[in-house]
Amino acid sequence: MAETLLELAGISKTYPGVRALDNVNLRVYRGEVLGLIGENGAGKSTLMRVLGGVIAPSEGVIRIGGNDHARLTVSEATRAGIAFVHQELNLFENLDVAANVFIGREKLTGGPLKLVDNAEMRARVTPLLARLGADFTPSTLVDDLSIAQRQMVEIAKALSIDARVIIMDEPTSSLTISETERLLEVIADLKAHGISVIFISHRLGEIMTCADRIVVLRDGRTVGELARDELSHAAMIRLMIGRDLKALYTPPKRPPQPGGCDIVGLVTSAFPDRQINLSVRSGEILGLAGLVGAGRTSLARAAFGIDPLLGGEIRIDNAPVGVASPRDAIRQGIYLVPEDRKKSGLVLELPIRENVTLASLLNYARMWLVNGAAERKVAKEQVRSLSIKAPSIDMEAVTLSGGNQQKVVLGKWLSMQPRVMFFDEPTRGIDVGAKSEIYVLMRGLADQGVAIVMISSDMEEVIGVSDRVAVMHEGSVSGVLEREQFSEYNVLRLAVGQALETMEAAAP
Amino acid sequence: MMKKELGLCLLLVVISAITGAINPAFLSLVNLLNMANLIGLFGVFALGVGLVIITGGIDLSVGSMFALLGVVFVDLLTTYQVYWPFALLLVLLGGLALGGIQGFLITRLKMQPFIVTLCGLLIYRGAARYYTSDSTRGFGYGDEASTLSNIASGNIAGVPNTFVFLIILALILGVLLHRSVYGRWLYAVGKNEEAARFSGIRTDIVIATAYIISGGLAGVSTVLFVFYTNSVSPSSFGNFYELYAIAAAVLGGCSLRGGEGSILGIVLGTALLQVLQNLVNILGIPNSLNFAVMGTVILLGVLADQQLQSRRRRKVALAGLARTAQRSTLVQGKQSASPRGAAALPMSTGDQA
Repeated sequence: MAETLLELAGISKTYPGVRALDNVNLRVYRGEVLGLIGENGAGKSTLMRVLGGVIAPSEGVIRIGGNDHARLTVSEATRAGIAFVHQELNLFENLDVAANVFIGREKLTGGPLKLVDNAEMRARVTPLLARLGADFTPSTLVDDLSIAQRQMVEIAKALSIDARVIIMDEPTSSLTISETERLLEVIADLKAHGISVIFISHRLGEIMTCADRIVVLRDGRTVGELARDELSHAAMIRLMIGRDLKALYTPPKRPPQPGGCDIVGLVTSAFPDRQINLSVRSGEILGLAGLVGAGRTSLARAAFGIDPLLGGEIRIDNAPVGVASPRDAIRQGIYLVPEDRKKSGLVLELPIRENVTLASLLNYARMWLVNGAAERKVAKEQVRSLSIKAPSIDMEAVTLSGGNQQKVVLGKWLSMQPRVMFFDEPTRGIDVGAKSEIYVLMRGLADQGVAIVMISSDMEEVIGVSDRVAVMHEGSVSGVLEREQFSEYNVLRLAVGQALETMEAAAP
Repeated sequence: MMKKELGLCLLLVVISAITGAINPAFLSLVNLLNMANLIGLFGVFALGVGLVIITGGIDLSVGSMFALLGVVFVDLLTTYQVYWPFALLLVLLGGLALGGIQGFLITRLKMQPFIVTLCGLLIYRGAARYYTSDSTRGFGYGDEASTLSNIASGNIAGVPNTFVFLIILALILGVLLHRSVYGRWLYAVGKNEEAARFSGIRTDIVIATAYIISGGLAGVSTVLFVFYTNSVSPSSFGNFYELYAIAAAVLGGCSLRGGEGSILGIVLGTALLQVLQNLVNILGIPNSLNFAVMGTVILLGVLADQQLQSRRRRKVALAGLARTAQRSTLVQGKQSASPRGAAALPMSTGDQA
């Protein structure tokens, strides 16, 4: 075997209420690409934060170059040559590329003033960018760069500290397909130079392409390791979920109803030159797939009255409805479960009770004074019917797990009368158990006659849960798939703007 | 939630007791009633500023509003001989209107509250000085508004009316803030405006209303102050008073980040500030140290509050940990009880802090 660069032995990390890591063992060899996979909440990010010195493990040993550490500090990790390319990029948008690469260790001019030597920093960054094949210069403002380009800046930063291990946490989640290919090339190049890469991703296809070895985490434990020749989708998924994939799909109890929501010629501010036409019938779950930035969230925001409609209209049961504000939308029974529940879905510091009634408080008030008893009754009902796990309805939402927080957001809407519901990435960052509960809830709502639009980037979810799938590409709907046309391949073709090959074959 | 207010109460009592022990004159009826009067005067507009702070904003303009509304009010009564209820009404409407303009600029034109109200502070002061050519306006020897004067500066069974007004307003606003739908919205907007908007709350209106209430209360305060001083000098009337209000609100538990604070806290904060001022006088501390004492106490108060809060949070976290540790040993049943959860205790809470 190749030289061991670093080793984690028996690492555990306990948070109040959660055992995030449980006796994890991990070795990284020189010049390998190690794929680290696992479902959300399996402990991947926590493990990498231990490695980066951001958090201290509760137990275990970090072995680097023969030295044992109980924990690393950030500067120790940096000195040991461990570099991060973060999921949420940590760059200063108001500074140029060179300044970002050298942030915190700026090159200084001589003399008494010790000013920042921009010329020197730019000169040093130029060869790094050339090596990565970057198409921008060291003096470009980061604000002007795309996400893929920003990633290159992060990698350049890693190279500039002579990193021996580069950790990439979901680096491709916001990249286009060609940008992803470019990144995979860069990874191969790093590997050729003897730099190890820990590649964390949900996209198993990419892992298959680039990893030499994978380690699977589940519930904070290392549950398996696969060598390159053992890699297969099925093997990885089995290890990740600990069981074979079972069908997610529950068909509707009754065929979709004639009514529903029609989006006609809608123009959003994100794509002012495109129109969106989409219909979702009462009682069906319409999956809305597409690449990140295809305009799915803009559509939901416009339909919910957050962003202005630049054109077109929304009809419910064939009657046009005005949605100038979220208040209008809510009155019409159009609800949105937003993508970022902590930022937009919940007021984290308020108790469950106040979050559940936040949108409907006037219904539990007389003369604008809140009727505490009525409010508590409604909150309790929602906590019970959604089986939100919390000791009391007066617990602050911030203390709940992701799945339970999402259920509180749902409870807010289900305590009223939904007609059309948009779910934007409803299961992002939620564990498997809570995920399937959310699917059951969505199906239940559909069966009660609600029209459901589920925006999702999780292919398994899109194909497994939806009755039909609409795919968006660059601001408009590029195609709608019926169940018999469902396949990852078909969704992806539409998502990148190509016509469906099987269209004629599938059509009668 | 009430712990903060209880702590403030305790602090108030302790400080009063110590001061009283050193100089019994502090606890004399005359001094107490005098303090009650000042607490009333400063408390009324502090309530409004407190509401604004709960939205996550700030109102720096109230002191200058006193000057502008004050000179107009005195002029209406003396020069124009306007019947006092109309003058009163006009001043209140003036306060509401100024608050409304500020609210509009902040919510509709998306300007920063600090800038809008800072410009308000400069503009109103300037306008007041220009309008009067920098001369002091006061009541003559006539009794232009003796009825109103008696209401504003009189007393009920010895208790100053200003204090009575404060209690009445605090009760009304207390119900508004802590019992009404509007109050709930105000806190939600202060904590997380985006989530409030996504819940269909018209956050613009909620925020603007807070500025309007603050302006209205500044109008009420103007009248009370005018009859307290009996004259308005446009360059100094109400100077720095906005800072008293902000200090009282912060001392009373409002966070400048928004979403925190209570009416009782603001009233107690005002009371504490006035007690401090009085203490400086009565203990013979040089008057020039007045602001320094105030600043020190606010600094220490907020610091102590933060420390207590983070200790409480640590405790809650520990309790949660203990609960899960217990549960996990239960789940493991006959397998050897895991000591790991307990061993991990000190470390993990360490980096939570």
